[in-house]
Amino acid sequence: MSIEIRNINKTFGSFTALKDINLLVPSGELVALLGPSGCGKTTLLRIISGLEQPDPGNGAILFHDEDVASRSVADRKIGFVFQHYALFRHMSVFDNVAFGLTVKPRSQRPGKEEIRDQVMELLRLVQLESQANRFPSQLSGGQRQRVALARALAVKPKVLLLDEPFGALDAKVRQELRRWLRRLHDELHVTSVFVTHDQEEALEVSDQVVVMNAGQIEQVGPPAEVYDHPANPFVYQFLGNVNLFHGRIDGGEAKINHLDRSQSEQEVVAYVRPHDLDVSRERTSPDAIEAIVRYIHAAGGMPRLELERLDNGESIAAEVARERYRELELQVGDHLFVTPRNLRFFVEGAPLDYQI
Amino acid sequence: MKIVLKQASVIPGFGLTLGYTVFYLSLIVLLPISALFLKTATLGWGEFWSIVSNPRVVASYRLTFGASLVGALINAFFGFIVAWTLVRYSFPGKKIIDALVDLPFALPTAVSGIALTAIYSSNGWVGRYLEPLGIKAAYTPLGVTIALTFIGLPFVVRTLQPALEELDPATEEAARSLGASRMQTFLRVILPAVFPALLTGFALSFARALGEYGSVVFISGNMPMFTEITPLLIIAKLEQYDYAGATAIASVMLLASFAILLVINFLQWYSSHRYRTGV
Repeated sequence: MSIEIRNINKTFGSFTALKDINLLVPSGELVALLGPSGCGKTTLLRIISGLEQPDPGNGAILFHDEDVASRSVADRKIGFVFQHYALFRHMSVFDNVAFGLTVKPRSQRPGKEEIRDQVMELLRLVQLESQANRFPSQLSGGQRQRVALARALAVKPKVLLLDEPFGALDAKVRQELRRWLRRLHDELHVTSVFVTHDQEEALEVSDQVVVMNAGQIEQVGPPAEVYDHPANPFVYQFLGNVNLFHGRIDGGEAKINHLDRSQSEQEVVAYVRPHDLDVSRERTSPDAIEAIVRYIHAAGGMPRLELERLDNGESIAAEVARERYRELELQVGDHLFVTPRNLRFFVEGAPLDYQI
Repeated sequence: MKIVLKQASVIPGFGLTLGYTVFYLSLIVLLPISALFLKTATLGWGEFWSIVSNPRVVASYRLTFGASLVGALINAFFGFIVAWTLVRYSFPGKKIIDALVDLPFALPTAVSGIALTAIYSSNGWVGRYLEPLGIKAAYTPLGVTIALTFIGLPFVVRTLQPALEELDPATEEAARSLGASRMQTFLRVILPAVFPALLTGFALSFARALGEYGSVVFISGNMPMFTEITPLLIIAKLEQYDYAGATAIASVMLLASFAILLVINFLQWYSSHRYRTGV
């Protein structure tokens, strides 16, 4: 079932949490709402779920072309997974998962046997069938979140909403669980929206990424697109590490390696990812920036260098391939020339359509 | 098997503190209680039985336990509402209301007894409106119940507050998102989670009411067979220098309260131990 959000606003007192939000989540997709804390992503998710009401106005929330804005959370047929699991701690794992089935009105409630079968089937799906009689306090964080997911799926939701589902877990479990979520989604194909502040998680798991900032949507697109073609400096900076260069346009050409700003025609800001920087010991192009190595973080797939520009003292982060790092035999204090491979220019926040 | 009594801890002094605990409890609790039973034992069985089964005494048991039970039940219900309001909502004057809850703790019981009597007697602020309705509060078992409710309220509120604060509002949202009605959410998610605390508050309120004397004697009127509470009979016996008789009634009270509290504690343990294990 598709989700469409039209002209949604939300204010808390004088604070604007959401400003005129429009969004379409196609049926069966897994969409990530990504943004820094306080950007309104959780508020948007809660408004979709019905746990929060948008400001009155001409806004609408449509599930499959049907306006659900006036329906309570209990009637929207959604599954909601909370950051801190929100399991019923006085109930066993089995009873937690069965809850949504046992609270149905008598006429729609499945029989005891049927509930049993459905719950065990779900527990098999989340690989917790052996834990059915345990209590939430006896489970690990990752197991608890899987119970929460099974509980949400028990009511056969049309839409699955997850609020920072892996936020409270440690790095390793997080990674496992998000891959598992992706596989589960491919199996079930239920329209899902999840909130995260972790760009890696959003880029890895989702079909579409919605980047939000300060109550507004900055960009919507598939992970590769938002990563490679950020719509604005915010998206660029939020998705991964980035170096920022101030420059100017000089005779139709953007320059970033000149200090002399007096003759500049127009100020530009250029962004480049650390892995898009070439380093060498000799000057290979006139655009190369001279810098000194300040720190080397050699652990990991790509050794990271912290460089200091000789001309203005600003720092640059660069990542070089392992082979290149060995070949150069880099030491702290070495003089290097840095050449950007893939620069993106923005003039006053808008992208400038050329690259070098 | 060797039993390890000493546990490693950053704060030393296990031996000292345990010794002190045992000594202190013996001195303050165990010694007076044994004296009570020893004094009772100076009576023969026949004598003991005739004192504790005297119709006037039996009537007082009925009133004391009945009124205490009703008072504790009322407190459990309304105390829950008060605690819920104080925990879940913020409103102007909240601090004042929160402080008001403790008033029955702080007030000398005789003062609250006199105040209640003044209000509920037939020409008092509340009593004069109850009178035309045919309800007599002061000098009836109803008055006793009102006094016992009054003194027990803080116990329920104060034990429930931390339990309600610990409750994650997200569990209620989870229940609602799974299709539960508001009533189902309350009965199946909120109530079971705070039930052990509610039971503790109920038990404390009940126990406090059983032993209450000061606030009751004014409003009850102390009519034999009608509004006499057991602590009053004990005092009456003491005033007649009938120490053995007083301790006989007291030991019956003590055993009965002990048995009731044991049952409540067991219920509380049973309702909470399952999901608290292995935290």
